[in-house]
Amino acid sequence: MKKYNTFYSVPYVLWLLLFVIAPLLLIVYQSFFDINGQLTLSNYQTYFGSGTYLRMTFNSIWYAFIITVVTLLISYPTAYWLSQTRHKQLWLLLIILPTWINLLLKAYAFIGIFSQAGAANHFFEFIGLGAQQILFTKASFIFVAAYIEIPFMILPIFNAIDEMKPSLVNASRDLGATNWQTFSKVIFPLTLNGVKAGVQAVFIPSLSLFMLTRLIGGNKVITLGTAIEEHFLVTQNWGMGSTIGVVLIVAMVVIMFVTGERRKKGGQRK
Amino acid sequence: MANTIIKFSGVNKRYGETMALKQIDFELEQGKFYTLLGPSGCGKTTILRILAGFTDASAGTIEFKGQKINDLPANKRKVNTVFQDYALFPHLNVYDNVAFGLALKKTAKKVIREKVLEALRLVRLTGYDDREISELSGGQQQRVAIARAIVNEPEVLLLDEPLSALDAKLRTAMQVELRQLQQRLGITFLFVTHDQGEALAMSDEIFVMSDGEILQQGDPVDIYDEPINHFVADFIGESNIVKGRMLADYQVEFVGHQFECADAGMRVNEPVEIVLRPEDLVLTTVEKSKLAVTVDTQVFRGDIYEIMSHDAAGNEWLIHSVRKSAVGQQVGIYFEPEDIHVMRFGESEEEFDARLESYEGDDDEEV
Repeated sequence: MKKYNTFYSVPYVLWLLLFVIAPLLLIVYQSFFDINGQLTLSNYQTYFGSGTYLRMTFNSIWYAFIITVVTLLISYPTAYWLSQTRHKQLWLLLIILPTWINLLLKAYAFIGIFSQAGAANHFFEFIGLGAQQILFTKASFIFVAAYIEIPFMILPIFNAIDEMKPSLVNASRDLGATNWQTFSKVIFPLTLNGVKAGVQAVFIPSLSLFMLTRLIGGNKVITLGTAIEEHFLVTQNWGMGSTIGVVLIVAMVVIMFVTGERRKKGGQRK
Repeated sequence: MANTIIKFSGVNKRYGETMALKQIDFELEQGKFYTLLGPSGCGKTTILRILAGFTDASAGTIEFKGQKINDLPANKRKVNTVFQDYALFPHLNVYDNVAFGLALKKTAKKVIREKVLEALRLVRLTGYDDREISELSGGQQQRVAIARAIVNEPEVLLLDEPLSALDAKLRTAMQVELRQLQQRLGITFLFVTHDQGEALAMSDEIFVMSDGEILQQGDPVDIYDEPINHFVADFIGESNIVKGRMLADYQVEFVGHQFECADAGMRVNEPVEIVLRPEDLVLTTVEKSKLAVTVDTQVFRGDIYEIMSHDAAGNEWLIHSVRKSAVGQQVGIYFEPEDIHVMRFGESEEEFDARLESYEGDDDEEV
């Protein structure tokens, strides 16, 4: 038994070493070198000493927060409605489908839709609002980011709602709860883990969105993701790029810890 | 009836093409233990769900203390339900589960505490209030579910097969406890089960259901002793059912013999069905017997021997005997006239009751 277990774990361990552990170590290692290859802590000094980087950090967190809130507000009711429909697996598939299409393709599609003569502006003209500058605004950036992230929020929430026994809702109503009380005291607490998983799945990747900030946001929104890209590809300051990477990784760990499932106290008592 | 609490009149429930309930009429009196008994899919749970307000009747009226409640939402009804899967809230501990209904009504914290602890005491779970639901056994969860329902002091408690997930021994113990609880609280219980033993053990009154209809209503002894038709006889307990013919009042013929019986009020030579309960059949010698049979199989059940046998005409007879027999042996079976239960074909419950009343009245006059 034991031998087989070890054997089957080989791909996983290899993957972990090559694509998780090694890159992490490399990033941390790189972050201690300045642009001239000198071992130094100056990258961290620059980062925490400059208003620019701190503002970028704030921007990243702020936009990730807004994107998460927007997706949550759309996804929760959607997931709830989906779980009540008859052909829920079909509807769910239709929501998952767009995630199979390359992100870049979707971004370019939105450039087309939001451009000066795009479909969105045609519609605005039709309803009498006239053509607007849609592309390269913060609003369009949030819109497209939310569009891309929504399936990742709906899935865990849908699963949590779907797993919930329907008799619990009946029990709550039976005990005198109104629809709102049933939602706030039974349904929402029981689906909170799904919401947490969804928030993780949306917030963390949103921290380092860089392609959309450029293609859709027109660099109006500068996040840490944009900064990393600039440092690696344009200024070639790998040390500084790595430092920002380390900060992002730490931020992600913090988020995972905050939203992660914690054991209920007393759960293990005998 | 003065203290009628629930009344169903002409209730139908249609799911698409299928009729889950056909013309259900019944009344429940205050303070009694009622059981809806029937095989799965007979509509018993649908009645419960309609009464609790989880689903609507397609037609007919449901009255609570004389007031129509068809359109009253579930959270406004003075009934509480114990669910088949208990439906305890997994994110709340025992105390908060039981306190759920009271907390919604904005009851004072101190009152909630008193009532919850009292309810837990009633279901014998004192000291379990800060346990998590996942820490409890099936039987304990079941009792929390009961406590959570009765703490709201409902006028009617609905129980949807609450014992089906428990093992046999615990189930028997809970049957006794439920019955005692109902008598102590004095509220109406409507219990749903497919287990005839459970129904007979607990109920004041049983409704036997099949295929969306109530076939027979009566106290457990009536239902067991005077099943209205083949289905009820077969469903309630084990029975030997054979075809027969009424020769005259108190005279019946079956398996080629004439017997004295306790039934009357039928046409001369009317074809009927005869029910003989296996425990009413007594093993005896062929000479002293009313019917000679040959033993085919014998199974030891602990308290009794379950003997399958056949008579000369090939009819099978199931006998529950405390005495042992032997396979292949010729034995006699003996039964009293009262043990023969005669059932007419297609007799409705009203006709059945009227007929019983007519000749049982005669008996009284003779005495």
